Amino acid sequence: MEIESISYVLDTFFAIFAMVLIIFMVPGFAMLEAGLVRTKNVTAVLTINTLIYAVASLAFLLFGYSIAFGDFGSDSMSKWAAFLFQMAFVGKVVNIMSGGVSERAKVIPLAFFTVLMASVIYPLVVNVTWGANFLENTALNLSMYDLAGSTVIHSTGAWALLAAILIIGNRKGRYPKTGGVRVIPASNIPLVTLGAMLLWIGWFGFNGGSVGSIASKESANAVALTILNTNTAGLAGAIMVSIIMYIKYSKLDITMILNGALGGLVAITAGPDLYNIYTPILIGAIGGTLVVFAVSFFDKLRIDDPVGALSVHLVNGIWGTLAVGIFASNGQDITFFGQLKGVLVIGIFAFVVSYVVLFMLNKIVALRAHNEEEMQGLDVEECGLEAYPEFKRAF
Amino acid sequence: MKKIEAIIKPFKLEDVKDSLSEAGITGMTVSDVKGYGRQQGHSELYRGAEYVVDFLPKIKLELIVAEDQVDNTISIITESAKTGKIGDGKIFVSSIEKVVRIRTGEEDEEAI
Repeated sequence: MEIESISYVLDTFFAIFAMVLIIFMVPGFAMLEAGLVRTKNVTAVLTINTLIYAVASLAFLLFGYSIAFGDFGSDSMSKWAAFLFQMAFVGKVVNIMSGGVSERAKVIPLAFFTVLMASVIYPLVVNVTWGANFLENTALNLSMYDLAGSTVIHSTGAWALLAAILIIGNRKGRYPKTGGVRVIPASNIPLVTLGAMLLWIGWFGFNGGSVGSIASKESANAVALTILNTNTAGLAGAIMVSIIMYIKYSKLDITMILNGALGGLVAITAGPDLYNIYTPILIGAIGGTLVVFAVSFFDKLRIDDPVGALSVHLVNGIWGTLAVGIFASNGQDITFFGQLKGVLVIGIFAFVVSYVVLFMLNKIVALRAHNEEEMQGLDVEECGLEAYPEFKRAF
Repeated sequence: MKKIEAIIKPFKLEDVKDSLSEAGITGMTVSDVKGYGRQQGHSELYRGAEYVVDFLPKIKLELIVAEDQVDNTISIITESAKTGKIGDGKIFVSSIEKVVRIRTGEEDEEAI
């Protein structure tokens, strides 16, 4: 075979392999969230996760992909592989959002929102960052470097989450009138661990695949460096959170340690191919630290986020994007200012548009379950099926 | 006939059961219960926020014995369930009016 077709085949295979790894994040989010919510809401969370994957992928096939990239097409690999790889990301944006409103948001309205997010909102964000860029030659043209989506995916989803929480409110009884926080502990720690580890594995495809090509010595090195750095940041996040939790509380909380690892992974996502092999230790450690403090910060603001999605994806999405400007600025196309501008423009766009869309959607079909339904649990009320019928439900 | 109810620490169940079987006392009903006495609850930490677990898990055993076995049973349970630390539990004794074995229809002491 000639060199050109070998590289075509290799890159096609690589994109499909990365896509499969990213799809491991579907069960990753599902298990993480199923473990973090109470047993009475587990089926609802699993249903939402399944529908998000189905609805988001199909909406992207029908509308989103062409808004983001124009027509199907790629010279370096099969255009279907190029599509599959991009499709794998779409659901993640909504997964980030749905986790943070779990235990009170209903399945069907979230499915409607998924249609809009995957066919219009997210594709527009991709258009101005990775895609056709309709803002080119305007003042809003973005120079932000964001390899795999610290801002484009993680922050975008988390801004939508913040909008959703502001509209639908907190879980009943979460912040008592007498002050303080009512702790609602996770129902299944093994599932939380499994989910977080699956996300971690998925991240290798998420970031590694975003390099886009593996069919030359140079790009093969870039892919390997990207995956190495991605992993390192996760490790550093987990270790840093363990240390902080032990110093602060003399306890090791596995749910926080895993959130710390995920925080590190989100933070590295903007530029894992740009750093040397040691910088990710620092970026991941700071990412983990931010998670610990962000979790109590959002509780102080009385913003109820059962899975810590804002702390992991919003805070670290911003940190990771800015970190590129701090550690990998080259004074030309990558600058701190350019990164900051990207964070702000995408942030304002994602938050405002999501807020408006959710606000209007909420008028048409209530996003939030009724009080009674919420107390009974969404499993019985909305899904008609309990996750653990043989055990007593925890209220 | 007396009913002996004992609330004990869950990990002591095996010890208590073995000691009672050795003494020839067979048959008991066990349930998972939660509660607190002087031990109170304990606090746990979740995502940086402390919370109190008021009701601690315990095991409740119920057994019916003849009058002449009451003291022996109580001392076996006391000995085998004891750790010496707070939260070891309590034993309650009450009178039983009638016992019937469903399979045979035997009554009272024959049915124990």
